[in-house]
Amino acid sequence: MTKIKTLADLKRIRDEVQSKIKLREQGDKPDKLVQIKVSMATCGIASGAKETMTYLIDELEHQGIDAVVTQTGCMGYCFAEPTIELTIPGKEPVVYGHVGKEKALEIIEKHIKLGEMVDGIIPVSYKTIDE
Amino acid sequence: MADYNMHVLVCGGTGCKASESEQIKNNFKKYLSELGLADEVQVITTGCFGFCEKGPIVKILPDNTFYTQVTPKDVWEIVEEHIVKGRKVKHLLYKDPKNDHLIPDATGMDFYKKQIRIALRNCGFINPENVEEYIARDGYAALGTCLSEKTPEEVIQVVKDSGLRGRGGGGFPTGLKWELTRKAAGDQKYVVCNADEGDPGAFMDRSILEGDPHSVIEAMAICGYCVGADKGLVYIRAEYPLAIQRLKVAINQAKEYGLLGTDILGTGFHFDIELKYGAGAFVCGEETALIHSMEGLRGEPTVKPPFPAESGYLGKPTNVNNVETFANIPVIINKGAAWFSAIGTEKSKGTKVFALAGNINNVGLIEVPMGTTLREVIYDIGGGIKDGKEFKSVQTGGPSGGCLTKDFLDVPIDYDNLLKAGSMMGSGGMIVMDEGDCMVSIAKFYLEFTLEESCGKCTPCRIGNKRLHEILDKITSGKGTREDLDRLRILGNVIKDTSLCGLGQTSPNPVLSTLDNFMDEYLAHVDEHKCPAGQCKKLLHYSIDDEKCTGCTLCFRNCPVGAISGEKRSPHYIDQSLCIKCGVCLEKCKFGAVLIR
Ligand SMILES: Cc1cc2nc3c(=O)[nH]c(=O)nc-3n(C[C@H](O)[C@H](O)[C@H](O)COP(=O)(O)O)c2cc1C
Ligand code: SF4
Ligand code: SF4
Repeated sequence: MTKIKTLADLKRIRDEVQSKIKLREQGDKPDKLVQIKVSMATCGIASGAKETMTYLIDELEHQGIDAVVTQTGCMGYCFAEPTIELTIPGKEPVVYGHVGKEKALEIIEKHIKLGEMVDGIIPVSYKTIDE
Repeated sequence: MADYNMHVLVCGGTGCKASESEQIKNNFKKYLSELGLADEVQVITTGCFGFCEKGPIVKILPDNTFYTQVTPKDVWEIVEEHIVKGRKVKHLLYKDPKNDHLIPDATGMDFYKKQIRIALRNCGFINPENVEEYIARDGYAALGTCLSEKTPEEVIQVVKDSGLRGRGGGGFPTGLKWELTRKAAGDQKYVVCNADEGDPGAFMDRSILEGDPHSVIEAMAICGYCVGADKGLVYIRAEYPLAIQRLKVAINQAKEYGLLGTDILGTGFHFDIELKYGAGAFVCGEETALIHSMEGLRGEPTVKPPFPAESGYLGKPTNVNNVETFANIPVIINKGAAWFSAIGTEKSKGTKVFALAGNINNVGLIEVPMGTTLREVIYDIGGGIKDGKEFKSVQTGGPSGGCLTKDFLDVPIDYDNLLKAGSMMGSGGMIVMDEGDCMVSIAKFYLEFTLEESCGKCTPCRIGNKRLHEILDKITSGKGTREDLDRLRILGNVIKDTSLCGLGQTSPNPVLSTLDNFMDEYLAHVDEHKCPAGQCKKLLHYSIDDEKCTGCTLCFRNCPVGAISGEKRSPHYIDQSLCIKCGVCLEKCKFGAVLIR
């Protein structure tokens, strides 16, 4: 990475990354991807988020499903760890709580493959500053 | 494959479950399949919507209709009217309490605006180990703008105008602190981020560092630019390995991208950040103790003044701010002081992050605008008390905050209101207690913590708290007297008035506030030697009911100290002088013959 040398540089990088992310999220191309964010703060990890993440990555790959699985910080729902946020291209993100291996498999089989939501959705209870 | 075009979300939170959500779900399924719609409409249970007062909740997607207080009997109407005919069922819609308007669409509900995430804006949203994701969310734009378009004085003015106050507990105006450090004379100055976070049960700062480390790094650099410092230090407890690792990754990435280091963004401004590890002593969160600890000295507080702004780390002007305070800064710069100060109350602007814990359904990390009431936090966001129990008290402000009763539930949360109520904001721990908690034991529990953490430098805190604890112990053992209650109050106030640092000055708060708010419980302990909540073991009294006892000898065989005697097939008896109140007999007896009071 070359250093960012001016404010204009920074803005350019921001726009580039933003459009990259946008493409990934809502692009109409056939290669649009399922996205999963796993909440990996201390509380999540203590409840098994790491295992869930590894499992998701392995199982998705095993089944040949193209998906991006990334880690993120605390979503705030500590009562329901491990939590994940699932975004199917073109759809609103959905948060699931208590996602162990079994739940993860159910989510892959039903929600990702068939588009059926499964039990255990956590209603999002806050807004961020973008709104 | 079923091709669902409609979803029915039934709340399966603990609160709603108690009020028949299972039955509601089953009814939906039954009616839908009767109508042959089972393949078009999917019914699923969700976690708590956090609106339990109005539960059970049913939400219909995709049109976002939000039905409240739904009973199993209402299900048919929803299916027939809404799902089949596409007409909303008016009498089940949520009514806005302010103007009685029906709210058909959940997105328009005030309820979902109870939380606003500013400090937590990126937590759970971006990958904390990827600086580009932070940049995509306007990361480092604030630093860029400050360095290339604003003078330090102008930036400080923005922070002052925003009304931001320190989130580490004291609530000192942040802009003013920056100005004081800027004006202090010194060839070298420092910016310190206080990430000690020692309150038991608190994890606000840890979550920010784990979820969005760059926001703190960016803010420290902005602070450095304002006060004239080129060096930043993060004092973080070694028990936070994940936060430390994420911070390290973030600092390295920022350096790689030229957002830390020399000549940042070609503006000639240099700034570097180094980590300093704390061993996890609560008192080291106090800013003077923290500075001594960083200098390699004993982590003991010293008298202020001089304030760190004048003479801090290595005797140089040092600006100490809390993690959450810093996390607010980039947003304030990007969105402006007016935007920020429009949120909150007159004297407390913006939001506050709380770690919600205790006997509450939705334990978690929340961020609400200042001025939100305790009731909204506990019932609407927290989902109410666990197991449908009665609320008793909420403790704010960490181990040395006060315990507030239900009379305070409608107090809008801000620095001044909490102080007035006899507690404090602290760093943002919030612990909810229910009818099963004994307030005397709670006060004792917190005192145990402060006692353990007192650095011992001054007498009132070191010895006074010890004496307070002894008196509480006496009371919870049933040996307390009314004079002891007076003693608690007098001694508590002396400790508050004469201790050197904030630890000692606040440590008697749990005792004093429970004396104020729960006197009847103290009186029950000293006058009647009873613990109303049944928590104080030594005050329990086990006995055997002659009528019910069958003489099965089970308790006799299980009592670990041989306190029970009696002949086979005739009533048994517990020798009170031997009984250690372990409760084994109560657990073992199959005939309900063991009595407890
Ligand atoms: C006993 C004691 C413990 C403290 N612990 C912390 C802490 O863990 N984190 C923190 O930011 N401030 C803590 N403080 C407050 C700091 O002394 C200081 O006021 C704060 O870091 C200033 O930052 P702010 O203005 O951004 O809040 C503590 C104070 C006392 C008296
Ligand atoms: S009040 Fe307590 S913790 Fe603070 S300096 Fe005195 S002895 Fe140490
Ligand atoms: S276990 Fe119950 S019934 Fe049996 S001897 Fe003890 S008190 Fe009596």
